[in-house]
Amino acid sequence: MVDQTIDGKTGAPKRTSRSLAAAAQRYGVVVALLALILFNIAATPNFLTWQTLNVNLTQVCAIVIVAVGMTLVIAAGGIDLSVGSLMAIAGTLAPLIFTGALFHLPTTAVGIGLAFVLPVIAAAILGLFNGWLVTAFRIQPIVATLVLFIAGRGIAQVMTNGNLQVFKEPAFQVIGLGRIAGIPVQVILMAIIVAAAAFVVRRTLFGRQLLAVGGNPRAARLAGVPARRVTLAVYGISGALAGLAGLVVVARNGASDANLVGLGMELDAIAAVAVGGTLLTGGRAFVVGTLLGAMVIQLVRYTLLANGVPDAAALVVKAGLIILAVWIQQQAKGE
Amino acid sequence: MSTIEAAAPARRTRSPQTLAKAGVVAALVLLILFGWARYDNFLSSYNILSFLRYNAMFALIALGMCFVIITGGIDLSVGGVAALGSVVAAQASGYGLVPGVAAGIATGLAAGAVNGVVITRLQIAPFIATLATMLAAYGTALLLSGNQSVSVSYDTAFTEFGQGDLMGFPIPAIVMIVVTLGGWFVLERLPTGRRVLAVGGGEDAARLMGLDVERLKFGVYAASGALAGLAGAILAAQFGAGQPTEGVGWELFAIASVVVGGTLLTGGVGSVGATFAGAMLLALLFNLLNFENGKGWISLSAYWQSVIRGLFLLAFVLLQARIARTQED
Repeated sequence: MVDQTIDGKTGAPKRTSRSLAAAAQRYGVVVALLALILFNIAATPNFLTWQTLNVNLTQVCAIVIVAVGMTLVIAAGGIDLSVGSLMAIAGTLAPLIFTGALFHLPTTAVGIGLAFVLPVIAAAILGLFNGWLVTAFRIQPIVATLVLFIAGRGIAQVMTNGNLQVFKEPAFQVIGLGRIAGIPVQVILMAIIVAAAAFVVRRTLFGRQLLAVGGNPRAARLAGVPARRVTLAVYGISGALAGLAGLVVVARNGASDANLVGLGMELDAIAAVAVGGTLLTGGRAFVVGTLLGAMVIQLVRYTLLANGVPDAAALVVKAGLIILAVWIQQQAKGE
Repeated sequence: MSTIEAAAPARRTRSPQTLAKAGVVAALVLLILFGWARYDNFLSSYNILSFLRYNAMFALIALGMCFVIITGGIDLSVGGVAALGSVVAAQASGYGLVPGVAAGIATGLAAGAVNGVVITRLQIAPFIATLATMLAAYGTALLLSGNQSVSVSYDTAFTEFGQGDLMGFPIPAIVMIVVTLGGWFVLERLPTGRRVLAVGGGEDAARLMGLDVERLKFGVYAASGALAGLAGAILAAQFGAGQPTEGVGWELFAIASVVVGGTLLTGGVGSVGATFAGAMLLALLFNLLNFENGKGWISLSAYWQSVIRGLFLLAFVLLQARIARTQED
């Protein structure tokens, strides 16, 4: 009784241009990104500068880190609505830890170390909780992760009574503000995570199992794939990555606001996955596509803002972009 | 089994659905009894009437969501559409109460129709289609309002729609009750209701039965949009302003109401009454929290309401999963 498709799509008409559409699905996001870059070089003053690159990369980091986890969850046939709330929990925990508000610290260094580790572990455990609901009780992923979507932000708000935590702790803020050889630490982190996830999906047993579970859970189980454990792990990873993204965001801002950290992130991440070409029905994971998808969405916003279009209009464009990307996918699937 | 149940398509899931329905009503009654026993003014007409006044818009949105979920879909756009509806209603409020409200509903209907077209014509999954509409609705609301709340006209009777009474009863509550009864009638008594249930039970089977599946699906998204627009009009009238950034998370609150009301998101089953009870239950938790704080024993901030709502949702979901499982075995 595992019915994970939301739409009951039946046979779509066969298309002669299927291979073209398939190419559009696979490389559409690359083409879109190149087109945006070319357009900006022509139209936006001072586009080809380090500063522009930095602004865009740093703005996209948190979304990409979360969206990589979301890609894995979606590829395994699920969805994770709780990521924004888990970001808030991790982002709230970290300052509480390194300021010593939560428990006594022997030294500052230990506090900083724990502030990196414990919030991510907490978020991972909450992610496992999502996975436990999905696997042990066969609760639909949307409903199961809805629980922490609602309760998670509340937990973060309760921990600080909704107050803003402002801090200045360079050793902790390295994750959001630091640079190694001129490259922001968060960008390096993002690159490592994307590379690791792409490797896992393509080259490891776990990656194969994950795609099998997402493609056809029953067949995967019959083939001896430990479907439950794989699903559990995927939600745990998504939680941990959300926690990490929460740390990046609060470190960058030098402030943690439980009401705002990660707000709406679940939808941004899903949008990046969709634009990146990963099928939302599971069974496929296109991690690099997710990275590019997030960049396209960010660059569209940047392009519009840099050319004097209000942010609100960018939302409407983003909506059209998501529909277009998924529509191209539908055509490519072709049945 | 009652005659209503007998008329429903025979499904194995009917029984857990009935149990869950009984569960949410029992929980609601218990909470009300708890409040009545513990707090002095809990069942005062003031508390009851203002509770109904301020929660009417959530019940309306949950009703639309109930129909969408019955067809096996989902509508994430309702919060954004309500925000857009509130802005348009506020802008039209200078022409009077009826034009203001009609503008809100029409805006919601248009947004819902967009959802319907994208889902049925372009065959895009409801989750994504309505997510995009949510973004577009917020964008449009911000563009129309110039990024700020839009004051309603106080020269007309528009604010009465949110703040006024009719024969001593809050107008939003009357709207909520009438519309909910209408929704119940459509689902339980009209052929359309049966058809909507059939679509959710299995689209291919429904198609083979000769039902116009696409039209029915279009209809539920349009209805959900119109109800969100209506909720937006109430919002504008209640707070005296169209709110382009309001409504964040309403869609998930509405989904939670439907789930607490005993409908898992697989489609084919659903109850208007239980969804209404679910929405009231989630709202009541906040009301009870206020009273408990008023007693002075504890001081739980408003932030606890999300935690408590989440825990309630968890409890209901686990209970339903358990019931569904015992049925299967």
